[in-house]
Parts: sequence; structure tokens; C-alpha cells
Amino acid sequence: MKKNNALLLSTPYIVFMVIFTLIPLGVVAYYALTDPATGAFTLENVKNLGMYMPVLWQSILYSLVSAFICLLLGYPVAYFIAHQSATAQKILYMLVMLPMCMSFLLRTLAWVGLLQDTGIINDILETIGIGRLQLIRTPAAVVLGMVYNYLPYMILPLYSTIVKIDHRLIEAAEDLGCNSVQVFSKVVLPLSVPGILSGITMVFVPAVSTFYISQKLGGTDTVLIGDVIERQFKQGNNPNLGAALSLVLMLLVFVCTGIMNRFGADDEEGGVIA
Amino acid sequence: MSKELIRLRDLTMEFDGERILDGINLYFNDHEFLTLLGPSGCGKTTTLRIIGGFLTPTSGTVTFDGKVINDVPPYQRQINTVFQRYALFPHLDVYDNIAFGLKVAKLPKDEIDRRVHEMLEIVSLKGYENRRIDNLSGGQQQRVAIARALVNQPKVLLLDEPLAALDLRLRKDMQNELKRIQQATGITFIYVTHDQEEALSMSDTVVVMDKGRIQQIGRPEDIYNEPKNAFVADFIGESNILDGTMLSDYKVRFFGRNFDCVDKGFAPNEPVDVVIRPEDIDIVPPLEGHLVGTVTSVTFKGLNYDIIVDFRGFKWLIQTTDFHGVGTTIGIRLNPEDIHIMHKSEYSGMFGDYSSYSAEYDELTEDAGDEEE
Repeated sequence: MKKNNALLLSTPYIVFMVIFTLIPLGVVAYYALTDPATGAFTLENVKNLGMYMPVLWQSILYSLVSAFICLLLGYPVAYFIAHQSATAQKILYMLVMLPMCMSFLLRTLAWVGLLQDTGIINDILETIGIGRLQLIRTPAAVVLGMVYNYLPYMILPLYSTIVKIDHRLIEAAEDLGCNSVQVFSKVVLPLSVPGILSGITMVFVPAVSTFYISQKLGGTDTVLIGDVIERQFKQGNNPNLGAALSLVLMLLVFVCTGIMNRFGADDEEGGVIA
Repeated sequence: MSKELIRLRDLTMEFDGERILDGINLYFNDHEFLTLLGPSGCGKTTTLRIIGGFLTPTSGTVTFDGKVINDVPPYQRQINTVFQRYALFPHLDVYDNIAFGLKVAKLPKDEIDRRVHEMLEIVSLKGYENRRIDNLSGGQQQRVAIARALVNQPKVLLLDEPLAALDLRLRKDMQNELKRIQQATGITFIYVTHDQEEALSMSDTVVVMDKGRIQQIGRPEDIYNEPKNAFVADFIGESNILDGTMLSDYKVRFFGRNFDCVDKGFAPNEPVDVVIRPEDIDIVPPLEGHLVGTVTSVTFKGLNYDIIVDFRGFKWLIQTTDFHGVGTTIGIRLNPEDIHIMHKSEYSGMFGDYSSYSAEYDELTEDAGDEEE
């Protein structure tokens, strides 16, 4: 009875998923495996992917670097929030979420305004005598955009994992001879692993498929796989190749989350996604 | 006895202006099994946490081996703790939990291995090395927690209600086990509990605490037989506590009658509390009794009956192996050694009347599940 009710209530979403996710996925797969002109089955699109491998690797590299920087920046913040009073935790949590209330496009455009050659930062640099620098259209700008946009996705799972660590475990470690550095490395950090893994996943997955950040903040040498896919559909007019690229990207994301879950499988506690 | 190891001097502790500990003076001897006993909120866990180094007292000093250690952090103290609900590391297996302290101390690998296996044997967990913590039963987790602390061969082991989460049967087994381990290792045990029976059966010395103050320190027998005030008399075992007047040495008057007793040293005609343990009372035919009363309730307890007897409106608890039905009139005789005299205290009149007998029992069972923070 209870089970049936649950099924009934989730029906709208299931129908939605089938119509707008599963069927389109089938369409993508169909496009990926058919010839643009004739519509006949072909592996041509998949074979052509080889030339895009460097772009794919670049995307993975940028996303991993961003996820790693997010981890370095986000962990102390998450740790700090988790050790405040209950009220302060709520306020700080809200503050971390705040940038996400603003449009993603707007946030990225704001960075263009800051970084561009005639932008605010360069104006200031010139005024204080350093002179204008090449800030925009660099790999660093793309990574900056990723870190800025996805940092909350790192902080939130980390916070929810760290806040759940039993304080008595820290006392137990102190009791058994750990100084504060050892308490961190032997107890707090290992127990944060589920949060670290889900934080990395949550930054990596959207970062690896983004195209807007690299288009606005990057140059011609920072093209990412998301850009290539977008181009196939919009300018290149080769949706079949775009579909094939999409499939590869999806596969990559599956593999990554799979690996992450495998690492985290032992420590089932904590973490936002599993 | 053996030499003094830890001394607490004029210890006070305040949280947000509330006084948790109020002038604790106490010393602990080497190789001793000492228990801090008291109800929830009496300050026993706070005292333990101060000794462990997790709290800094508001005032007063803690000395260890003659040195003041108020500001020494926990990891530099030769003290280990068995925490309430164990606090085992969930990311490590049994072996690594026990080896934790030795690894931190950077001992050679073969010595760690030897000592961990030795310890596994002592706590009867051989073969459990690679078990995950959450695959262990409560009793097994408890033993890992003890092993994890003992393997470091501390001078002092602090135990914070270590058996509270176990069922009765297991608790009894672990009591014997702990006592055995303490005697085998010679390590000083400081044990915190609210369970008076546990305290009496395990300890060399019992410290009864209430409201942040020490009420009585003594051997278990002394605490039971010679309680200092109404609180101790009521908290340790069952007691009928009556108002009386000490006429002179060895003579006390209560219920309008003079009794011989074995206490002396009170001022003439000093008002006192008279304690009579329910198991010390002899039931006799009404005509032969010092006092005559009517049975108002009978509860079968297995070993004995708990009967409530009304003596002129004051209800006594009497434990007897013979059945006396409700409404029966009985007489009682009190021998001089059955009567224990205490000075009046702030607790006088608060305990020892069994008019609300059943309600009190309910309260006790509720309390037993409580955890003190």
C-alpha cells in the first residue's frame, strides 16, 4: 500500500524523465550513429572524434584543476562554518549559497567586465603604475571562472560532511596523543573524504561540460569540449558529430562519478550526492 | 596505602555563570579503583573531563605526580579515556583503532603488533582485527574502546559511564571484566557512573557527588553503612529516613520512643536524621514490636517482598522474605546496630519517606537512561 502510494506520487516525475530525458538521449544516440546526409547507420561520427581528443583532455585538465582549487579554497571555509554556533552556521550557509541566486550568465559576464583589457582591474593596474596586463582570454581566466561559479558546490557537501563528524572522535584522538595537526590528518581529513569526493564530482561534472565560461573568459586556445559541441549544433551544422561528442562526454562523466562513488563506498556517511 | 597520584584542589567550574563544580577537593591513589557516583548533573563527568584535559577549571588546580597540569593539553597527559558511547574511529578497523595511540607515538611496528594482539587477547577479541567498527555489537565496541585506551599503558584510565549503553546481563559481565583488568594491570581507574550498585561492587573508593559538591568519600561498605547525610542514604540503596532527637550518646528518640543505638558524639538533644535500612528491620508479632504498623502495599521482587508499612502516617519500606498481606498489622524490632544517626543537612526531609513509593521507582528507571553532558 505504502509502496504503491509512493509510486503514484512519483509518476509525474517519472513521465517527465522519460519524455524529456530518456527519449532525447535516444535521439542523441541515434544522431551519433547515423550519417548526416543519408540517415543510414554509420560509425563515421565516432571515428571522427579523434581530432577532438586534445580538446577533451584540455577540458578534463581545466576541470580537475578547478575542482582541486575549489577544494583548497573551500575546505577551510567549510571547516570554519561547521565549527560556528547553529545560528552562525545558517547565516554562513546562506552566504555561500548567495552567488547561486544570481544568474550564471550574469556572474560570468561580470568577470568579463573586471578582466577585459579596458576593464576595472586593468584600469587600476595602470593607475598604480603596473600597466595593463593580459588577463582575459587566458587559461587562468577560464579556471577562475570555473572556480568562482562552482565553489559553492564544493563547500556545501564538505560542510555537511564535516559538521557531522562526532566531536568526541576529536577528543578521543587528542586523548590518544594527537596534537592538533595529527587530529586533522588522522581523523578529521579521513572522515571528510565522502564530502571531498562528492565536492569534486559536483564541481568537475558541470565544469567539464561548460561552454559559456570558456567562450566569455577564454581565448582561441582555451576551447573546451562544450564549446565544440555547441558549435557543431549551431554553426558547424553537424548535429551528428555533436551528438557523438555529447555521448563521449556523458560516458566520461559516468566513469568519473563511478570512480568517485567507488572510493567513497566505504564511508557511506555524509556527502550530498552518492 | 599506595602513593597519591592525582589531586584536585578547590576545583570550581562554571558554565555561563552556572556553577557545575563547587570546591572539589579530592585525591586519587596509584593503583586505585575510584568511582565518582551521583545523579545526572552532579558534576561527575565534568570532574572527569577536567582530569582528562578536555575542560579547564574556572578555578582550582589539578596536580599529577606533584605537578600542576591545568594547562597541559590532553595529548600530553599520561591519561587515557574510555568515552561515553565509545567514540571509536569509524574509518578504521578494530586493529587500527587499538593501534591508534601507539602509531601516534611512533612505536616500532613489531612492538605495536605485539601489544595490540596482547590487548585483543585481554579483551577477548582475538580474530576481530580486521572487523569494521559498525559490524561490532555494543559489548564488542565497548571492549575495543577499553583496549584502545589500555594499550597505551597509561598511568590513569578514565571511564565515563562505559557500561551505560549495554543491557543488564552484559553489564554484569563487563563489571567483572573491568575489575579483573584493573587488578591485572594495576592501572588507576577513575570511573564515572550513576549506578550505585555498579559503584559499590567495583570500587576501592566511592565518591558520592551531588550539586557539584562531594557528599561523601569512603569505601563502599562505609558509604552504605555510614551514610553522611540524607542524600547519600537515599541515593545508595533504599533508606527509611526519620526525624529524631539524640538524647545522649547511644540514645536516640523517634516516633515517641527511646531507642538504643551505636552512635555518639552528638550534642545533647540535637535534632538528627535517623536512617533505617529496609533489610535490617525484623518483623515480629504486634505485641512484641517496638512499633506497630499496617501493611499498605506489597511488591514481589524475586529475592524478597518490598512491603510498605504505615506507622502513624509515616510510610516505611521493609524488605522481608515472609509474605505479609495488605491490611495486616505487624510489629517491628530495631536492634541498636540497625539504627544509623546522621547530622541534619540541606537534604533533611527531602528523602526517606515511602508515601509515594511507586512514583519514586518510576523516576529511578527514567534516570537510568539519562546521559550526563
